[in-house]
Amino acid sequence: MKKKQRISRLSHMLVSLLVCLVYLMPFYVVLMVSLKPVSDTSSRLAPPASLYLQNYAKALQNGQILNAIKNNAVILVLSVLVIVVVGSMAAYPLARVQSRANELVRRLFMGIMMITPLTILVGLYSILSRIKAISTYWGIVLVLSAFGVPMAVFLYSNFISAIPKELDEAAMIDGAGRLKTFFLVIFPQLGPVTVTVVIMQGVTIWNNYLFTHYILQKRELFTVTQVIQGYFSTTSSDYGGAASVAILGMLPVVIAFAFLQKYFIQGTVDSAIK
Amino acid sequence: MKKLFRSGAWFYLPALLLVAFFVAYPFFNAVCISFVRWNGYSASRTFIGLGNYLTMLGDRVFRSTFFNTLVYGFGSTALDVALGLALAVFLDAKFPGRNLTRTVIYLPVLISGLVMGYIMYFMFQYSHGALNDILLLFGLEAVDWLADRQKAVAVITLVNSWQFVGNTMIIFLAGLQSIPRSCYEAAELDGAVGWQRFRNITLPLLLPATSSAVILNLIGGLKLYEIIVALTGGGPAKGSHSLSTFIADEYFSSEKAGYAAALGVFSFVFIMVVANLVNGYFRRKEREQG
Repeated sequence: MKKKQRISRLSHMLVSLLVCLVYLMPFYVVLMVSLKPVSDTSSRLAPPASLYLQNYAKALQNGQILNAIKNNAVILVLSVLVIVVVGSMAAYPLARVQSRANELVRRLFMGIMMITPLTILVGLYSILSRIKAISTYWGIVLVLSAFGVPMAVFLYSNFISAIPKELDEAAMIDGAGRLKTFFLVIFPQLGPVTVTVVIMQGVTIWNNYLFTHYILQKRELFTVTQVIQGYFSTTSSDYGGAASVAILGMLPVVIAFAFLQKYFIQGTVDSAIK
Repeated sequence: MKKLFRSGAWFYLPALLLVAFFVAYPFFNAVCISFVRWNGYSASRTFIGLGNYLTMLGDRVFRSTFFNTLVYGFGSTALDVALGLALAVFLDAKFPGRNLTRTVIYLPVLISGLVMGYIMYFMFQYSHGALNDILLLFGLEAVDWLADRQKAVAVITLVNSWQFVGNTMIIFLAGLQSIPRSCYEAAELDGAVGWQRFRNITLPLLLPATSSAVILNLIGGLKLYEIIVALTGGGPAKGSHSLSTFIADEYFSSEKAGYAAALGVFSFVFIMVVANLVNGYFRRKEREQG
């Protein structure tokens, strides 16, 4: 029995190693490309002959990717703020009051979640250009928020339903209005689900390409995905530069994941299972 | 009105306004545009009724695009659910390195589909692609992965599944952990082990996780956009377009806003119908199970 167990453990470890290789290979390859000069025509699987950091130095000097990371951070913080405040507020009456009107509003949010971004794009673009929202922070922030809100409403209302109603009633008896009750009594209870909303929406917004690509057309407003795309399409021979920019653009998300792994996994589960 | 305020209903007004203006209104706008012939910027729009929808029927690119979309949606879902379940069962056992493996599989989920597509280009490129280097190493011939339609569609489906299988695995792992030990113990007393135990105990109890995984993957696959933009741009010869990339192409490159809008409405209705059918199927199954 002992021997059988040891064999099973060993075979598990071997298969794991293989799976990890398959999963890490593309990341390894992009790292290797980023560490070689363009003139180096050795296999992408081979490590560089000597450490070559010029691709990174050039990318940082040129500043595009750093500016894009700054743009991403601004857009992410503002959008997530709107999503959390607006989403949790909307979820509150939906979770607390059972009425036909509320059921209708809930259905509406669920239905909106099904609308595909590409379907909207055609209609959205002409509206945004009419209200001069193309190439503005507020334009992209409101669009990304609007797309994130339904999911947030869904997660928040599930969570609020599990908080005992006595808590609001006690606060109301003490004379607090709805608004005060919500922000001082209920909202502080929403920590765990807020973490989920912030992480899931944060990743989605950081990685967004579809909306940023069409809405942000000024160079200085370009986001990370746009700059990476620029490197891959215009400087088609400069794979080293493109690879280094791709790595720099991915880094913030990967670092966040390294520190907050548990919350990322919890968020994935919470937002997938009803 | 007073009652409305007392019940706190106005709390959802900001959300409703935001969604109404930036999602619902553009959607209706798109529906309206789908009935006109328009290049997307000029002042002249000609009402042509269902003309754009009828164009779809005769458009050969639309037909291949729709077929590809089905492959991206259902192909990726089948692969992801099968692999995700296998990985979850495999990584539910205790052994050194288990958590690290889970992390590594989950990592690509966090990367933008666009960036992942570009990284994968380094793998699938014809000359100097890492995959071809491996083939050459084993004395095999290099393959031009993205040169013809079938291969390009297959590669895109694979990359999509590869990237997002981590999500599916996490959903199944959570499902596995919610199965009480007593169920397995009872099954053991009845003599069910190995495959039998998996078929008769684990699989039925994973039904809620399976339904979440299938629906998430289906919707994701049917909407597939970024990976295609990065890997093939819809080519060769518009052969690997999904509905999403085709819509963007028709609107911004071919300046056929009306046709693009009609395709968008079609894509929305199609995904809605598929999601509802699949959802209904799983609901019925769950009820049968009790």
